[in-house]
Amino acid sequence: MSLVFDIALVAGLIALALHVVVTRDGRGAILGFIAFGLLLGIGWARLASVDVALTEAAIGGGLTGMLLLRAHAHLGREIAPEAMARGEPRRWLAPAIASGLVALALGAVVLAFPRPAPSLAPQAVAALETTGLGNPVTAVLLAYRAIDTLLEKIVLILALVGVWSLSRDAAWGGASQLRPAVIPEPLVFLARVLPPFGVLIAVYQVWVGADLPGGTFQAGTILAAMALLVMLAGLRPAPPTQARALRAMLAGGPALFVLVGFLGVAVAQGFLSYPEAIAKPLIVGIEAALTLSIAGTLALLVAGPPDKAPAS
Amino acid sequence: MTPAYAATPGGLLLVLAVMLPAAAALVMLVLGPRHTRVVALIALALGVVVALATGLQLVRSQAALIYVLGNWQPPLGVALRADGLSVMMLAVTAVVMAATGLFARELFGLDLATADGRLATSFWILLMGLWSGLNLVFVSQDLFNLYVALELLTFAAVPLVCLDGRGETMAAALRYLMFALLGSMLYLLGAGLLYGAYGTLDIRLIASASHHGPAMAIALALMIPGLLAKAALFPLHLWLPPAHAGAPAAASAVLSALVIKAPVFLILRLVADIAPPGSAAVAGQVLAVLGAASILFCSVMALRQERLKLMIAYSTVAQIGYLFIVFPLAGVGDGTTPWGTIAWTGGALQLTSHALAKAAMFMAAGIVAEAVGHDRIRDLGGFGRVLPLTATTFGLAGLSLMGIPPSGGFIAKCLLLTAAAIGGHLWLALTILAGGLLAGGYVFRVMDRALATPAQRLALQRPIPLRLEIIPLVLAVLAVALGFLPLAPFGLLQIGRPDIALAVLP
Repeated sequence: MSLVFDIALVAGLIALALHVVVTRDGRGAILGFIAFGLLLGIGWARLASVDVALTEAAIGGGLTGMLLLRAHAHLGREIAPEAMARGEPRRWLAPAIASGLVALALGAVVLAFPRPAPSLAPQAVAALETTGLGNPVTAVLLAYRAIDTLLEKIVLILALVGVWSLSRDAAWGGASQLRPAVIPEPLVFLARVLPPFGVLIAVYQVWVGADLPGGTFQAGTILAAMALLVMLAGLRPAPPTQARALRAMLAGGPALFVLVGFLGVAVAQGFLSYPEAIAKPLIVGIEAALTLSIAGTLALLVAGPPDKAPAS
Repeated sequence: MTPAYAATPGGLLLVLAVMLPAAAALVMLVLGPRHTRVVALIALALGVVVALATGLQLVRSQAALIYVLGNWQPPLGVALRADGLSVMMLAVTAVVMAATGLFARELFGLDLATADGRLATSFWILLMGLWSGLNLVFVSQDLFNLYVALELLTFAAVPLVCLDGRGETMAAALRYLMFALLGSMLYLLGAGLLYGAYGTLDIRLIASASHHGPAMAIALALMIPGLLAKAALFPLHLWLPPAHAGAPAAASAVLSALVIKAPVFLILRLVADIAPPGSAAVAGQVLAVLGAASILFCSVMALRQERLKLMIAYSTVAQIGYLFIVFPLAGVGDGTTPWGTIAWTGGALQLTSHALAKAAMFMAAGIVAEAVGHDRIRDLGGFGRVLPLTATTFGLAGLSLMGIPPSGGFIAKCLLLTAAAIGGHLWLALTILAGGLLAGGYVFRVMDRALATPAQRLALQRPIPLRLEIIPLVLAVLAVALGFLPLAPFGLLQIGRPDIALAVLP
């Protein structure tokens, strides 16, 4: 039975991917892409990678889809569809051949992998007790390979600074205009009803992330989606990007991470090492601060460069 | 089980080299535009001290510096390691960064109305991001951690390209982003394959595996082209000239002098440290052919440019080509130790002297554009009379690019040429000579305009303070002074090589 389900899943993924590539309708392609992300999330869940599944669904399906839809709306009718989609063979032939070759090579290598595949999973589980955590994925992200997680947050901040730098000089430091001209009534309703639940789910995700699948990135994405919903429905305006409190929230997560990292030099076994007795509270604290930072960064990334001049 | 890595004294310096600029970027975000420049200058000063201390520690211990992050041994954790080559890169980066910082402070200071504005503030934060990413590329031992370093570089470098907000620079930045993301994706695919095959991402542990299957060859075939797209080697260089020419002068200097060296450094590590000898030899040959094509094709393109900054940008692609012809010259992959050869030293010297000379040249071009209001080479007649120091800077940096004695570029190209002659690589020797001649052509074209006597004296749109002109001049003098350096310090390059797990254990 599960084999039938898996085959249907794979067929659906390939069909959706093809649809996204060949369709001439931009909006249709984006919707296809969102569906692809959600389906891929189910695929990861089938591979027992629930953490990856949650992230894929939230980022690949949700946030990226929203970003693409907004970009598509901005483009409007400036680009005629036929100009984009008129398929001259020389334009798609080379990429198609290159992608095909890469896919074949990947397939060949994956089939030739040693069996059983070498894996760090047993080691990751064996070392869990010194961190006080129950979820090895969280241990990888916040202990064994904490440096990657920390620097990825800096990458997010750099991306946000980059997006802000695209604004006009006069609007720099101001806010983004997210509110559309016409707000559909159901959107307002959703924006009033959903956020409390979203916040609850996010808090739950951070809390269980220490021991079960879930964690900062998923929780941050949900919070970002709630914030965007509220701003899109016009219930609250987007905050001005020069606001001190906002910037403190954005930098807070990674800054706390860096501080705890250097604390490890003084009282534990080096940079990004936690004293064993308080490892878990420290990690959960970092996760909570990171969640807020990620939520703010992702929401503002989707909101785009400020286009309203700051008040002062 | 004996640990793969043993931390050495001074290992924490490597952490500081990466985290100091990153932390500075966070502080800038919180404190806001009015304090950004001060924070940047403090971070630059501290960063230079860290690089200096790292160099001293290396010389004192005569062994590579190692740090194990969080005390989690690889393969589970991530190790940092700096050998002689890495420390040289850290030092060059610190010098160019410090000069760029001082230059940017003066340049943005020219116009008080915008000194705390969008362009300047974004520039400082992104510069810190770049520095953190560069240092991480030079010291990380972990393939995924290196991917994060590449992402730091991409997301800091791309916005720098379009900081001045003109439509054409936006297009250039977008194209750069596409190439860079394609490169990141291919690199990540390769890293994933290596993890699947070896169960580790640590460079040393992968290299010490006894058996290499097809996964290694395929992974290298994905990762190296991906990195080439970021390094802008011919024929993947299309994004570079408009991007580097369109960026503000201070940004062009770091982009051209340092940022494209990061993927080159990673290719070097993949080919020389990970690849089994057979694959390394093949990769080295292919890279040398592309490098030679880069030298010839892009030197000719540089000769044909109308705009000064575009000319310098094409020259970058040509000069990067020299770094790739080192592979067969140093005998990478033929079973000998490449890091003892004169070609290896020549390559390292080329990397250093190009970084200094190119940063100086882009800053000089920025001064010309600021003073004259444009950078059309044809209409620059007599700029040497109104900006004598800047013209001198351009000439000195040009000496190093051409490979004329006395200069660092001369020694570098001389060593490479000798290696080519000894090794019987006639076509590479001819390429080096032709590249030098072509570089002479494009540098003299500008110097000819600098020394021309136009009927009407070139009008300066705004006065240029002396301090602004001095900074690139110092860099250009350093590039020339490398030629006077006895080659003995380049014995440093052999410290910590080869990277064998057991060699460092007590």
